[in-house]
Amino acid sequence: MEVLKIATAGSVDDGKSTLIGRLLYDTKSLTEDKLEAIRKSSEKKGYDYLDFSLATDGLVAEREQGITIDVAHIYFSTPTRSYIIADTPGHVEYTRNMVTGASTSQVAIILIDARKGVIEQTYRHFFINNLLRVKDVIVAVNKMDLVGYSEEIFNDIRENFELLNEKSTYGEQRLNYIPVSALKGDNVAARSENMPWYEGETLLEHLEKLEIADVSDKSKFRFPVQTVIRPKTEEFHDFRGYAGKIYGGDLKVGDEVTVLPSLKTSRIKEIFFFDQTFDKAGAGSSVTLTLEDEINITRGDMLVKTDELPRVEKEINAIVCWMDNKQLRPGTKYIVQHNTNSVLSKIDVIRNNIATDFSGVLEANNQLGLNEIGEVQIKLSKPIFYDDYTENRSNGAFILIDAHTNATAGVGFING
Amino acid sequence: MNTETTLALEKQPLSPEAITSRVQANALENEAIYILREVAAQFERPVLLFSGGKDSITLVRLAQKAFYPARIPFPLLHIDTGHNFPETIAFRDELVNELGVELIVRNVQDSIDQGKVVEETGKYASRNTLQTTTLLDAIEEFKFDACIGGARRDEEKARAKERIFSVRDDFGQWDEKNQRPELFDMLNGNIEIGQNVRVFPISNWTELDVWSYIQKEGIDIPSIYFAHERETFLRDGLIWSAQDDIVFRAEDEEVESRWVRFRTVGDMSCTAAVESHADTIDKVVAEIRDSKISERGARIDDKRSEAAMEKRKQQGYF
Repeated sequence: MEVLKIATAGSVDDGKSTLIGRLLYDTKSLTEDKLEAIRKSSEKKGYDYLDFSLATDGLVAEREQGITIDVAHIYFSTPTRSYIIADTPGHVEYTRNMVTGASTSQVAIILIDARKGVIEQTYRHFFINNLLRVKDVIVAVNKMDLVGYSEEIFNDIRENFELLNEKSTYGEQRLNYIPVSALKGDNVAARSENMPWYEGETLLEHLEKLEIADVSDKSKFRFPVQTVIRPKTEEFHDFRGYAGKIYGGDLKVGDEVTVLPSLKTSRIKEIFFFDQTFDKAGAGSSVTLTLEDEINITRGDMLVKTDELPRVEKEINAIVCWMDNKQLRPGTKYIVQHNTNSVLSKIDVIRNNIATDFSGVLEANNQLGLNEIGEVQIKLSKPIFYDDYTENRSNGAFILIDAHTNATAGVGFING
Repeated sequence: MNTETTLALEKQPLSPEAITSRVQANALENEAIYILREVAAQFERPVLLFSGGKDSITLVRLAQKAFYPARIPFPLLHIDTGHNFPETIAFRDELVNELGVELIVRNVQDSIDQGKVVEETGKYASRNTLQTTTLLDAIEEFKFDACIGGARRDEEKARAKERIFSVRDDFGQWDEKNQRPELFDMLNGNIEIGQNVRVFPISNWTELDVWSYIQKEGIDIPSIYFAHERETFLRDGLIWSAQDDIVFRAEDEEVESRWVRFRTVGDMSCTAAVESHADTIDKVVAEIRDSKISERGARIDDKRSEAAMEKRKQQGYF
């Protein structure tokens, strides 16, 4: 079955958890025992409605404070497809979680409180979905019940958001606006009787019909080698297979490939998936490949089609989102993990800080703090084989690892 | 994980001969295989935590697929509570024999005998939480740096926050407020000496995904997953195994024979059965699909408090 990965983003009180809880409830994904627990908790708090936010707020600290503090994953399915929601918090200090959620998602839902309209937080969420090239963005205008289900208010918010969209640099992004009340269930799974003026799809209808889009549809075949398979058994004595996941385009037996960094060429002999061989494989497949010629290949190497070479450089420019308490400064060293390749690197120049509210580039102060985003030039001890992030999401992104603490300190999107 | 995983599902119509020769793995399977290969490549001494339950059996199948035609490049570790269903143990031994992988067994009974843990007493006595000590000892004994487990995020609220690579300190503790962000499908396995990583390749699978996979692949699972007649008694609305040497039963808790099966296989003292006549995998899958009770609803250990799982995880539980 098809899997659709969704990231939700929103401010503290705009009802994100309630919306997700409502989706679970309306798709009958909440089991009796979970529902019972929600009923009890809601009663204990003296609510006269079901507090669906309890279905997702998992950690003790969250229940105490009544907020969401980390990325939680929620699963539900309909007869049409399976859904995975990465529920990310909306506080300013948790930009890193929003980036994390967006990096694994195909669709984003941005929630807006109808009473408050487009606020600074909305800018931030939209900016991150722009930066990460999330193709589909759903703007859910929530709490419509609290503004008298007013068409005028909904239209105002849409117009304000469109103004924001004019600043976007990602023209292919698809935007949809839906007026909802997560608490009451309007336009989530069921069409709202309170908003006859809205003729579009409900949120669930929209998700069900959405064509799963991916920039990699059009991108080139990239195969970072994860590990070399050498059984050394009698039956497979000379077997040498390269295990990895295909990023980008298709591959078929007989295709001429170039191995990076050695630049040696060969042809695809076999495509294995478990104990079967196939003629073809597409993006996302975790396969094992064998080649016509014996070439020395190790983890971190990459197979590409000979007429589609990526860039091979020892110096890269990237937009970096910083995720560590310790600031990023020029001259410091980090491990760049790019696909299966780990390379020691030195931060050369921090060109600028980019405002996450579309207001542009801030003055460069030569450092990036936690949750800040900026353009960075990085020197590598060995070349990596990459594409620009806008051309291939997987082959254009990397993480920065602090060699002392081993923390994942930042993420970069290569742009040259 | 990576957005591209879904693309393995072909969108354009293909000619009949092309369909047969194109890799058609599903997104979740591709993701799990990718993760298992990252474990083998990034760690010195990985181990697969094997309970004999359907999730760890699924992991074994995925590991076979990840490394074929080579053998699974890490051993299996079973923490035996001594209170397992005998069917599970028999199944385990047969599977290990067939695959030719190394099996390490460490016993909770030994930890009790060594005075490291104290057996619980009373009505709800279980060895489930005691396993943690035995597991941490085994990790230290063998210097395992990565423990692959079959936990899924849909099982429980605290698990919904769990990373694919989840770092544990020397004491096996999970610091849920300070987890590494996981971006795209990049997994950071860098750790200090003494730390280890818990790896969850089927994080994104639901219970139904696991059952459907077992059905599609024709994977053998222990017989207790299918409907059978069993001596049982009722407590707190749940069906318990009447196994008096292991499960405490009060005098007024009457034994009755019922047709049941298990949805999850843990320690016998904390796993309740469900009434069922589903005696084939097809019937089980159909039943799960229509089920109104969550899988862990039949796990007595989770009912202790709302934060039961989170507390156990902080202490180093699976």
